[in-house]
Amino acid sequence: MQDGIEHGSPSGLKMGTTIIAVEFDGGVVVGSDSRVSAGASVVNRVMNKLSPLHDKIYCALSGSAADAQTIAEIVNYQLDVHSIEVDEDPLVCSAATLVKNISYKYKEELSAHLIVAGWDRRAGGQVYATLNGLLTRQPFAVGGSGSFYIYGFVDAEYRSDMTRQECQEFVVNSLSLAMSRDGSSGGVAYVVTIDSEGVEEKCILGNQLPTFYDPDI
Amino acid sequence: MEKQHSYSQVKGVSTGTTILAVKFNGGVIIGSDSRASMGESYVSSKTINKLIQVHDRIFCCIAGSLADAQAVTKMAKFQLSFHSIQMESPPLVKAAASIMRELCYSNKEELQAGFITAGWDRKKGPQIYVVSLGGMLLSQPFTIGGSGSTYIYGYVDAKFKPDMSLEEAKQFSINALALAMGRDNVSGGVVHLVVITEPGVKHIVVPGDKLPKFHDE
Repeated sequence: MQDGIEHGSPSGLKMGTTIIAVEFDGGVVVGSDSRVSAGASVVNRVMNKLSPLHDKIYCALSGSAADAQTIAEIVNYQLDVHSIEVDEDPLVCSAATLVKNISYKYKEELSAHLIVAGWDRRAGGQVYATLNGLLTRQPFAVGGSGSFYIYGFVDAEYRSDMTRQECQEFVVNSLSLAMSRDGSSGGVAYVVTIDSEGVEEKCILGNQLPTFYDPDI
Repeated sequence: MEKQHSYSQVKGVSTGTTILAVKFNGGVIIGSDSRASMGESYVSSKTINKLIQVHDRIFCCIAGSLADAQAVTKMAKFQLSFHSIQMESPPLVKAAASIMRELCYSNKEELQAGFITAGWDRKKGPQIYVVSLGGMLLSQPFTIGGSGSTYIYGYVDAKFKPDMSLEEAKQFSINALALAMGRDNVSGGVVHLVVITEPGVKHIVVPGDKLPKFHDE
C-alpha cells in the first residue's frame, strides 16, 4: 500500500492484491487479480492467486506472497490427511479452520490474509474470511490492498439472491474497479466458480475487463 | 492520487472525512459528512459543516486539518471578495480555486489540507476544481476526497454518468457519502449537500436515519 507504512518484510514479494469471494445459492465464485510486486516493480503480472486446497475448496491469497503460499500448501497437506481420516470430502469450514489456526498461532510473524471459499454437501457454498486469525463466515468477502477502493461498490451492489451468472459479473466488475484504482493490483482477472457439479476456472484478459466512465479521457 | 490520511502526523482537530463534488446538467452538487475527530477515537463534533461558502455561487469543502482549512478559506474568501470588487463582476470558480492553490502551494510545508472548490459562473457554467495537498489544481467532472473516499472509488467509478439530472446527481451523492460513512470510522453524522445552479444555492441536510441502507443494515 502507498501509505509509507511497511507491512511484513519491506523488500519481500508482496501480493498487494484484490481478492473477492461471493456465495450464491448452490456454490461460490472466487476472483483475484494477478499482480505480484516487489517494491515498485511488478515481478509477476500473471500470478494465479486462487489456490486449490481441495477438489471443491479454493483459497484466495493476499499479503506477503511467501507467507500466503506457504499457508496454502500446509493446509492443502493437512486437508488431504484429514479427508483420508474421515473418509469423505472435507468441509469448507474445516479448511477455513485449518487456515485460521495457522494465521492465529503465527500472527506476529505472518502477514497474509486468505479467503477460503468452496462447496460441500452439508452447507452448500460458503465463504470464510480469516484475517489476522479471526474466522468468520460471510455472504461475501473482499481482501487485499485493492479491496479498500471497492467497499462502497460491493456494499451498494451486493444482493443476497444473485444467480451464478450475476455473481460472476459482480466479481469481475469489482476486480476491474479495484484494479483500475489500486497501484498494487492489476494484470488479468482469474475467476473460479465452484458448485456441486465441479469447478470452472476462467481467466479474463486485461483488455476484456469491463470499463467504466473515465472523466480524464 | 493523494490519500488524506489523518494519522498522528496531524495534531489537534482534523476532519477525518468524506467529501465529494459532482457536476450535473445545469449545476454542481458539493457534499460532505459532518464528523470532526481528534486523533482517531474522539468525535469532537457530530454536526460540523464542512461546506464553506466563499462567494455567492462558489463553495469549498475541506479535508484534513480543520484549523488549516479554516485559515485558508478565510483568507481565500477575503481575497476573492476583493478580486470581485476590482473586476466589478462575480468571480470565476477558477479564480477561487487558483487562490486556494496559491495558498496551498506556497505554504505546502506547513499545511495539511486539501480542498474541493465547486460552483457556477457565467463564463463556463458549473465547474469543479480540486486542490490537493501539495498544491496541484485539477478540473474534473466529479471528485471525492478525505479519508472515507478510498472506500467509494469503486462505487463512483462504476456509477458516475456525465450529464445526470439533479435528482440522479443528488441520489448519487447521498449514496456515495452513506457508503463511505458506513465503512470509515472517522466519517459520520449527517450528510450536508449544497446544490449550486444559476438561479441560486440550496442547502440540503440528510439526517442519519434518512440515509439509504445497504444490504447488511
